[in-house]
Amino acid sequence: MRGGLTWTIRDPPRAGCAPVTLLEVTGLSKRFGGLQAVSGLSLSLETGDVLGLIGPNGAGKTTAFNLISGFLGPDAGDVRFDGRSMLGLKPHAVCRAGLARTFQIVRPFPHLSVLDNVKVGALGRTPVVAAAADKARAVITQVGLDAKMHAAAGGLTLAERKRLELARALATEPRLLLLDEVMAGLNPTETGAIVELIKRINRSGISILLIEHNMRAVMSLSHRIVVLSFGEKIAEGPPAAVANHPKVIEAYLGDEYVHAPQA
Amino acid sequence: MDLTLVGQGLLNGLLFGGVYSLTAVGLTLIFGVMRVVNFAHGDMMVWGMYLAWLLATRLGVDPYLGFVVCAAALFAFGLVTQRFLVNRIVDAPHEMQILLMLGVALILENAALVAFGPDPVRVRSALTASTIWLGPIFVDVARLVTFGVAIALTLALYLFLTRTDLGRSMRAAADNTYGALVIGTDVRRVYAVAFGIGAACVGAAGALVSPILPFQPSGGLAASVTSFNIVIIGGMGSLVGAFVGGLLVSLAESLGAVFLAPSLKELVSFSLLVIILLFRPAGLFGKGVS
Amino acid sequence: MKLLGAGAIAVLLVLPAFLGSYAITLFIFIFFYAFLGQAWNIVGGYAGQLSAGHAAFVGVGAYTAAMLSLHAGLTPWVGMFVGGALSACLGVVIGYLGFRFGLRGFYFVLLTVAFAEICRIVALNTEAVGGALGLYITFTGNPRQFQFQDNRVYYYVALALMLSATGIVAWIERHRFGVYLSAIREDEAASEALGVDTFKYKMLAMAISSFLSGIGGTFYAFYLFSLQPNAVFGIPLSVEIIIRPIVGGAGTLLGPILGSFILSPLGELSRAYFQAAGWSGAHLIVYGALLVGVVLFLPEGAYPFLARWLRRGRSGG
Repeated sequence: MRGGLTWTIRDPPRAGCAPVTLLEVTGLSKRFGGLQAVSGLSLSLETGDVLGLIGPNGAGKTTAFNLISGFLGPDAGDVRFDGRSMLGLKPHAVCRAGLARTFQIVRPFPHLSVLDNVKVGALGRTPVVAAAADKARAVITQVGLDAKMHAAAGGLTLAERKRLELARALATEPRLLLLDEVMAGLNPTETGAIVELIKRINRSGISILLIEHNMRAVMSLSHRIVVLSFGEKIAEGPPAAVANHPKVIEAYLGDEYVHAPQA
Repeated sequence: MDLTLVGQGLLNGLLFGGVYSLTAVGLTLIFGVMRVVNFAHGDMMVWGMYLAWLLATRLGVDPYLGFVVCAAALFAFGLVTQRFLVNRIVDAPHEMQILLMLGVALILENAALVAFGPDPVRVRSALTASTIWLGPIFVDVARLVTFGVAIALTLALYLFLTRTDLGRSMRAAADNTYGALVIGTDVRRVYAVAFGIGAACVGAAGALVSPILPFQPSGGLAASVTSFNIVIIGGMGSLVGAFVGGLLVSLAESLGAVFLAPSLKELVSFSLLVIILLFRPAGLFGKGVS
Repeated sequence: MKLLGAGAIAVLLVLPAFLGSYAITLFIFIFFYAFLGQAWNIVGGYAGQLSAGHAAFVGVGAYTAAMLSLHAGLTPWVGMFVGGALSACLGVVIGYLGFRFGLRGFYFVLLTVAFAEICRIVALNTEAVGGALGLYITFTGNPRQFQFQDNRVYYYVALALMLSATGIVAWIERHRFGVYLSAIREDEAASEALGVDTFKYKMLAMAISSFLSGIGGTFYAFYLFSLQPNAVFGIPLSVEIIIRPIVGGAGTLLGPILGSFILSPLGELSRAYFQAAGWSGAHLIVYGALLVGVVLFLPEGAYPFLARWLRRGRSGG
């Protein structure tokens, strides 16, 4: 598993558009004391794609997100967004460049209303408060939180907070959205709704990189999937191929569960 | 440079450091177990001093015996304060905790002002006037005994924390509150005792200092800030750090008084604080505040 | 709401005609401390960075204006801005050290206290600024020297200060700056992820707050006519500054004003009571009790509580 081969199966280019690499991560590494959290991670995401990032707990997925979004500085490697290196940029500058992220444990501004929460995101592109408020209202409608527009964010249910987190990030008008376990803690109905929402967001032209443990959701949403284990990429490809990949099964369940790959 | 003066400064600094250490250990215990910063620490110490003064002037009890009573009284005060005030804000944002303890500090300081007046007082002990000469340097017997008792108390606390069940529970709660709860630790009792012990330390320290220096109610906040200095330098939550930090800060202040000017010695500890805050807020031994 | 505000201001404008000297002095202190509290509110209330050392800025402003007036004959009307600028520099230094090095919560509080105490000790030991005796300003009553014969002029100056600061905060509240500050207060990391340059906005808040406090220092110097390091740099003044917005409602526009209207009379009554009993300075005990009470029972302060209560009343609840 460590330092092994990665199987990469490229899917054929989508007809009618030349693929543009929006995010290019090369050789990303990060060590915390004795632990190598991320090791030589390379991945790329084309404009319009949904890329899923999966792996067992502790595989380094959130660390990778923190590295890409500027919350952590890598020990080695590069992150290029639309050709520009994001290294050394503080998180707010990364967001300004068009790369927005959500947090694994949602972080609403508890004493501010839903509208004010989303306004913070919208003000990044629209400095005037009134116009930003209009934009915020539109986004809130988009994610279906109209009814709670003026409610304090601290009082929302978990599913509503997830939508709020999405709305805030969307309000910054990103081209790439990093979603960190946005479905954690949601029941099947709520999950289904969020999956639909994410599909709508992607269809509107926003590329998505998502960390998820909910396999069904990942398989249904992603064009391609990258699998991490112990900080290293162990597999990459379209959902079906990755699901049956022996190394992936081994990483999640242990090697006694590895069967011969299905034809 | 007058080496005698430097030597004297070093010795006095070291001896006084015992009390600093005891005070800091109390503060760091409270922080380590409860993650609460006791802004009222110095004012509790002032009450320890005044209680010793009361015992000495009204009952003729020497502070070197009376410190036990002071420690016990402050222990009780700590228990009560924790139970009725601090407990309610253990999970509140840090700013709220600071403001609460600041309020308690103001109450304590001004209650002392009302009770004892603003003028500095001093306590006489049987040992006050005696000195021992080591060559050109003299040692106040009072300071020596203060140092000895302070060290003994710190050692006793260390043994308590490592050898007794309650002490071990306290360290468990300090390391991992949730885990401690899971194994059935009565966390509230642990918190109360921790706060009580922290207060007792500072009450004893106050009593031990009372024969050495004059004191007044307004000294409370200054004492608090010095304690914070020490605890930050040593590392918040680290008992060893508090102990070493106490000695270090006392030495630094003492030398500062020798080389700069006595009135500037506070400047030394404040400047030290700023430097540590900037470059190594985790302190020498600490894990840092989240 | 706006009508109420205009009405209140109108009342305050005509009040001096009906008040005696003692009452006018009381109002001067209400307005002045509301002003200082409002200045603090920007960085302590809105941005959520608790500073317990704001006396440092008041002191720097006060000493600067006083020294410039005493030694260079510079009118305090100009000296006020020099003092404010110097205070802003100090604020920027403290802010830079605190924010660049990631000091939050307790550590930041301690940093601010440390700087205020350093200022105090330096002033105490510097003969050039009067040392322990401090500075004394001779009363001339000359308006060009920021001195007025009539107490009522001070009243209007203090009122103007309070209204200006409140106006500034109102502006901030309604623009992006204010929204960003609230976001920073609620959750800094989340704000960063949404494109907010938290360092820049915290620094701006600190600069404005300390500038205004410095201007307040000039008023302090030329109203009280004496500056002593322990009084003007000391913790008691910092406590006076922060307690009004905290009791009234930190991070709200009217909090510092409401807090000042509650605390100044209360402070005066306590001061009189304790002084009569022979214990001067002990009125802070009341402040301590208030702080404890507010933290335990009314953490958002009086104003939000009142506002909610009034709203419920109006909706017929």
